[in-house]
Amino acid sequence: MSDLALAPRYNDAVVKKFVIATVFWAVVAFLVGVILASELAWPSVNLGLSFTNFGRLRPVHTSAAIFAFGGSALFGTSFYIVQRTCRVRLFGGEALANFIFWGYQFFIVMAALSYVMGFSQGQEYAEPEWHLDLWLTVVWVTYGVVFIGTVFKREEPHIYVANWFFMAFILTIAVLHIGNNLAVPVSLFTAKSYNVASGVQNAMIQWWYGHNAVGFFLTAGFLGMMYYFIPKASGRPVYSYRISIVHFWSLVFMYIWAGPHHLHWTALPDWTQTLGMAFSIMLWMPSWGGMINGIMTLSGAWDKLRTDPGLRFSVTAVGFYGMATFEGPVMSIRDVNALSHYTDWGIGHVHSGALGWVAFISFGALYYLVPVLWKREALYSKTLASWHFWTATLGIVFYITSMWVAGIMQGLMWRAYDSFGFLQYSFSESVSAVHPYYVIRMLGGVLFLAGMLIMVYNLIQTVRSPTTDKREAMPAGVALAGE
Amino acid sequence: MPTKIEKDSVTGHMTTGHEWDGLKELNQPLPKWWVYIMYTTVAVSLVWIVLYPSIPGLTGYYHGMLGYSQRTKVDQDVAAVVKQRSAYMDRIKDLSYADIRKDPQLTAIAQTAGRIAFANNCQPCHGAGGGGNLGYPTLAAGSWLWGGTLDDIQQSVTFGIRSGHPDARQSQMPKFSGEGMLKSAEIEQVADWVMALRGAKIGDPASGQKIYAENCAACHGDKGEGKRDIGAPRLSGQVHLNGDSRDAVVAQIVNPRMGSMPNWNTRLDAATIKSVALYVHGLGGGE
Repeated sequence: MSDLALAPRYNDAVVKKFVIATVFWAVVAFLVGVILASELAWPSVNLGLSFTNFGRLRPVHTSAAIFAFGGSALFGTSFYIVQRTCRVRLFGGEALANFIFWGYQFFIVMAALSYVMGFSQGQEYAEPEWHLDLWLTVVWVTYGVVFIGTVFKREEPHIYVANWFFMAFILTIAVLHIGNNLAVPVSLFTAKSYNVASGVQNAMIQWWYGHNAVGFFLTAGFLGMMYYFIPKASGRPVYSYRISIVHFWSLVFMYIWAGPHHLHWTALPDWTQTLGMAFSIMLWMPSWGGMINGIMTLSGAWDKLRTDPGLRFSVTAVGFYGMATFEGPVMSIRDVNALSHYTDWGIGHVHSGALGWVAFISFGALYYLVPVLWKREALYSKTLASWHFWTATLGIVFYITSMWVAGIMQGLMWRAYDSFGFLQYSFSESVSAVHPYYVIRMLGGVLFLAGMLIMVYNLIQTVRSPTTDKREAMPAGVALAGE
Repeated sequence: MPTKIEKDSVTGHMTTGHEWDGLKELNQPLPKWWVYIMYTTVAVSLVWIVLYPSIPGLTGYYHGMLGYSQRTKVDQDVAAVVKQRSAYMDRIKDLSYADIRKDPQLTAIAQTAGRIAFANNCQPCHGAGGGGNLGYPTLAAGSWLWGGTLDDIQQSVTFGIRSGHPDARQSQMPKFSGEGMLKSAEIEQVADWVMALRGAKIGDPASGQKIYAENCAACHGDKGEGKRDIGAPRLSGQVHLNGDSRDAVVAQIVNPRMGSMPNWNTRLDAATIKSVALYVHGLGGGE
């Protein structure tokens, strides 16, 4: 199939839109993250305004990072990958694809506006109120129809492993989103609603949702991304088909049970906590299966890490993935959790996943995709991409090491008793004690944001460089005659 | 793509024969270490499931061989620390302040207990070291609203201020901007007099003095010295609960702020409250 065919074989227009959205939302998410980190270090940064206080901006940051940046990256890459690995155009035509893009962006903007206006369900990562939830359900089901429809009409005999992960991600997120957002609105004309579950049942459903948002949105979806771009960029076969099968099924089976570890030492019954802890421990190796397949795929092509900055991001991402998926099971052990819970260790953990894994694997995909989608010879500058890599890596190191120290210090201070049997430290003393680490964390965020801005410049310059597409490069009319 | 199993030239391993968009897969076996660690985690999990509460049933749940219960454990932990403290906390509870102070070691322990209880419960409003915040009285300057003896402090902490407890300290400042009260010009004048009581000569204090005498002096005293038995703040000093400015004075007359403090007896035991009283008394304003 020639690239010069008149009708493009695949719908890359929607992929391009999602790529642009991914880059835009990344900047937003990281910028708001830096502002929030500054507010934590110096509370007056919130300017005393309700719109900019921590409680309202925090869901803007998490939703922008997970759903806007991560979600756009997943939509874009999954549409790119499923068309190529099924050798068919997207099911549903331009209309459905465009509806998904604009419908999803509309959801993000409305959700962010509702947060700063003070609307929230008060459920982490599920803050939007019921009317936005209903809208997202429509968009998400359309996404499922388009993706799975494309897999159904494929011209390949087998379904590629990336598509298994994307389908698990799409299906499970639909179930989680609907399950956790079963709420009764106060009236049809108010934004406020109440969840059908209350108390500890509500908490359990929330963390079944929350943990599997990590498992299926931030893990399964991005593993799908990894399974395409690492073998593609390295030019090597996937290390082991058998690992793919075993780790896929064990991952999806184990993950769904692990949510209770977010509720250790709470009103959640002991038996539920034990099961959550047990499944979290058993999740360790299934998670590492993806790491093995990602890293071992490079055997025979390690030299490419020197020459391909995009691949360097992807492989480093897999390293952070392995680290975070080891740290997670450790923190899920009830007695470790007694120290780590409610401390900044948790914040550090989630950011080693979000910055190290999710963002880095997306950066790898973006550096690969932009020259391909816009038909450019190569990335504008490998040097700038290297600068991005080292700036961002240093930022992550600042972030997670400062949060480890701060978190463990908080945990130890909160549980310290003096020789008389009184608490040794007050809560406010633990707040003062972590201040320097909050400043370091903020600097880490600034570095990560700076790296992102380098990437934005690099990608814009790439798009502005001369095209390699002969039809576009030739004057109008000549192309038709030439063919 | 048609199935074609080949040998990968780099590693010498066989592929599965599948191909998508140029991507292939090796048919490598599962790494042994990976499989063994997975089995180990399953085994460890099974041991936990046998030892700890784990399997739900229709009417209850399997309690585990260890009979572990988080509720029991926290009760035991709390009981242990209460027992450890009781050796001296029981004495603090029973002894008078004078007797506690005769025992240097007991005084030191009460200070320790009072410091941490204060830092975790009182400091968010009253500030570190009892420095106070706007609307929240300072405890270190001797400018007490309800009295600064150990017994006064104990009374305030135990039952609170406007807390809803029947023994709480109660008082109310009228809203002087209300119907039939003061006109706004009069409020401005009386504010000038209040500022004059503090030593600032502004506006029309002479007219204000008369209004003050008729409306304010009953509670706040002829010279603005305050009245502790009804918690009426001293107006003449340099420590001002709701702000130093004349605007703050006007605001308080127009629409009075009256703070409240919880009755801490539901949260802190009697010995801890006494320790807090000793600690607060020692912050610099004790009487």
